[in-house]
Amino acid sequence: MQRRHLFSLAAALAAAIALPAAARDYKVGAIQIQHPWARPTSAGAQVGGGYMTLVNTGKTPDRLLDGSTPAARTFEIHEMSMAGGIMKMRRLDQGLALAPGATVALKPGGYHIMLIGLSKPLKLGEKVPATLRFEKAGEVKVEFTVEQPQAPAGGHQHGMR
Amino acid sequence: MVRRGLWIAAALVVAAVAGYVVYDMRANTSTVPGIGMPADVRLTDHRGRPFTAADLKGKPTAIFFGFTYCPEICPTTLLDMGARLQALGDDADKLNVVFVTIDPERDTPRQLAAYLSSFDPRIRGVSGTPEQIGKMAKGFRVYYRKVETGGGEYTMDHSTAVYLMDAKGRFVGPIGYQEPADRAVASLKRLIAG
Repeated sequence: MQRRHLFSLAAALAAAIALPAAARDYKVGAIQIQHPWARPTSAGAQVGGGYMTLVNTGKTPDRLLDGSTPAARTFEIHEMSMAGGIMKMRRLDQGLALAPGATVALKPGGYHIMLIGLSKPLKLGEKVPATLRFEKAGEVKVEFTVEQPQAPAGGHQHGMR
Repeated sequence: MVRRGLWIAAALVVAAVAGYVVYDMRANTSTVPGIGMPADVRLTDHRGRPFTAADLKGKPTAIFFGFTYCPEICPTTLLDMGARLQALGDDADKLNVVFVTIDPERDTPRQLAAYLSSFDPRIRGVSGTPEQIGKMAKGFRVYYRKVETGGGEYTMDHSTAVYLMDAKGRFVGPIGYQEPADRAVASLKRLIAG
């Protein structure tokens, strides 16, 4: 019995270690950057969407001001909204506010990084280097892993050929 | 007590309206007049061929509006449409699927061709002059607006629904953005069955 438990434990550990080290987390100052990822893009696409979760573990407000990447001409922080079947996108001119203790998700349907003027399509599995600039925490280099969006509840998996 | 009664009345009204809308879409027998491609609009598809209201006749059509500088909604809708066509099997040939750009300044037929190469080849891309695209969108009651984001960049606000048209080019009903796959495919099957 004891041995069986040990075996299960070993198997679980092996499984945990074998998980793809695709997306990683970063930290700069009090800001955690979790799982930066980007959508794969189609052949003629000039724009891409980047996503991540930002956590302000500090006691003072901070702000994601902007960023840059060699993969695109322009790096903008956008907010998308849907109302009455109409999609709207707005650039956040003041950046994205991160209150003390706040977790802010950049995810499909909401805040996102808009990469405009891609130098080439973003292919599944690639890593897109970028620099994020925070008002207080300063700059940090991260990599956006290109991966498929998770299927929405009740939806189906999307595939980009 | 009165308040509770009001709540129940309000709930009944909501339920009745929702029920009517669902019934209306499911029944699929009535068409909505006045929504469709104006007869005088002249557009060009992504292979450089002319595209007119005649292209929406003879077969039912699923038509939607977007632009290629769109990071999320448009590629998702195009992928969803591809998956729905797959699900239809051979019946997919009985349907026109059309993607109309509302950003003709950037989305030339050539740009549409490059973009659509990543999606189901049965999807036909359509562009035109800004004036003709404006008339087209008006014909479908499609809202779109150019929004400057600074530094010379811009994006587009736009309606996201897929419009289902019968074989005579008359509007039958919509498929909403990211509507569940089974419901959307069922709507397309009913459209094809006529």
